[in-house]
Amino acid sequence: MILNFYAIKAIFKFEMSRTYRTPLQSFASPVIATVLYFVVFGSAIGNRMTPIDGISYGAFIVPGLIMLTVMTQSVANASFGIYFPKFLGTIYEHLSAPISSFEMVIGYVGAAATKSAGVGCIILAVSFLFVPLKIQHPLLMLALLIATALCFSLLGFILGLWAKDFEQLNLVPALVITPLVFLGGSFYSIAMLPSHWQTVSLFNPAMYVISGFRWAFFGVSDVPITISLLSIVILAIVFFAIIWRIFATGYRLRQ
Amino acid sequence: MSAIVKIQDLTKRYDDGKLALNDLSVEFMRGEIIALLGPNGAGKTSLISIICGLTTISDGLVTVDGFDIQSNYREARSLVGLVPQELMLEPFETVMGTVSLSRGLFGQAQNHEYVEGLLSRLSLWEKRDSPIRELSGGMKRRVLIAKALSHEPKILFLDEPTAGVDVDLRRDMWRLVKDLQAEGVTVILTTHYIEEAEEIADRIAVINEGQILLVEDKSILMNRLGKKELLIDLSESLIEVPQGLAGLGVRLQNGGRQLSYSYDMATEKSGIPEVLGALKIEGIGFSDVHTEQSSLEDIFIELVAER
Ligand SMILES: Nc1ncnc2c1ncn2[C@@H]1O[C@H](COP(=O)(O)OP(=O)(O)OP(=O)(O)O)[C@@H](O)[C@H]1O
Ligand SMILES: [Mg+2]
Repeated sequence: MILNFYAIKAIFKFEMSRTYRTPLQSFASPVIATVLYFVVFGSAIGNRMTPIDGISYGAFIVPGLIMLTVMTQSVANASFGIYFPKFLGTIYEHLSAPISSFEMVIGYVGAAATKSAGVGCIILAVSFLFVPLKIQHPLLMLALLIATALCFSLLGFILGLWAKDFEQLNLVPALVITPLVFLGGSFYSIAMLPSHWQTVSLFNPAMYVISGFRWAFFGVSDVPITISLLSIVILAIVFFAIIWRIFATGYRLRQ
Repeated sequence: MSAIVKIQDLTKRYDDGKLALNDLSVEFMRGEIIALLGPNGAGKTSLISIICGLTTISDGLVTVDGFDIQSNYREARSLVGLVPQELMLEPFETVMGTVSLSRGLFGQAQNHEYVEGLLSRLSLWEKRDSPIRELSGGMKRRVLIAKALSHEPKILFLDEPTAGVDVDLRRDMWRLVKDLQAEGVTVILTTHYIEEAEEIADRIAVINEGQILLVEDKSILMNRLGKKELLIDLSESLIEVPQGLAGLGVRLQNGGRQLSYSYDMATEKSGIPEVLGALKIEGIGFSDVHTEQSSLEDIFIELVAER
């Protein structure tokens, strides 16, 4: 047995079944939140906004909204997915099973990313109802969507491994991840900020990802697309390395 | 019989410095039922957790069917099933869902026939689509057993399988363990109930403060350490033990209505003929004579106290 495919499949299936058990929480609430964003920002405020880079504000926020949801949902899904078995103690079974940490990561992160990428697609479909959209690089857009979902699911997985209680599990997204994503240009172009805030934004990894995703839609972006692509790869490598380290030391999993 | 699990000089020190296993060595034989007996905190769960991969080794070597549990963890763990001490289950998952997860985790393709047989055997088939939170405590324990057996392991660890379980279920559990043994599964269980070890185990290992005090065939253990007591019900009560009997170590009890004499089954001479002879000489009438054998419990208390 070089790779325990059955284990990966079993974890994936088990995690996905959690989603189907709670369809409202999994799908309805992100969609409703998105519709609200469209009503508030797209219609009410957007009408008074001048187009950015020649794109109507309503259309401009679509990639940002998808990223906002995909990033936060990925972190939430993956962190909860691994934290819950730790909390319940059911993680004993994974630890006693003939699986490597790599297989465990693929199972959990794969399921979390699938869920959030799925929600991202639903939001995209919903946005067609609100604004006329033409996606310039649909394949790249899809690839970036999946890569972002995977990347932030890795981050969520780290959070779930690290968290000692539900408070930590909720606090990190609220205090770190959501602000980074909001301030990463989900709803505005970095160019609209005063110059010193533009400099600050350059230290925000989420900004590079959002910018790249917007480029796939409209061909315009805050930073060159190559830099965005590179940053996603770097983020994924960093997150993976951290997870590797955690498993190698047994940190907070095996006593 | 050959050993299927070998534990050599195993030491476990937890991060807080607590020494749970202290240079412990023991072997479990292929096809046997062995009971690990020991007081709270003896290190039973720590030992099982290490063999199953839940806890890291501080020092020592453990092999399962020849596979090192660290360097060949896939082969070693594939052979092992674990029923943990605590009832740890996902409350919202169904019985079928959680058992399928277990089978998959252990690298087996789904096998509906086997799982149906397993769930039926544990009286869970009717409940296969119920969420676990709707099950009783006894059912949950059986779900844990189903999970542990889902991948057809050759070795089954049961950590206090009958804690908080009613008499019927306990008997079911014992029968299951015997059946599994008949199918060739090696069963290692921990228990606080001496009668449980007495009832089903082939061998008994007594563990205390992270060390094995002894491992012995149950019958040999009972014989070697067992004390028997000869009890003589008197026709008329006595005030004190007559001279001839007191010299043999006979005591008076039950308000002078019974004489008792303890003897060691291991020694050649029990001393019973002498006691009976002395009764005759003293002219003491008795209505009944019977013997009582010390249980494993007594043996166990004695062993632990000795150290
Ligand atoms: N995770 C842990 N961290 C620190 N110490 C621990 C940990 N787990 C167990 N111990 C300690 O190690 C010792 C052995 O515990 P263990 O759970 O193995 O005993 P046990 O024989 O299973 O007891 P019981 O019959 O109560 O289940 C105890 O002193 C316990 O407090
Ligand atoms: Mg225990």
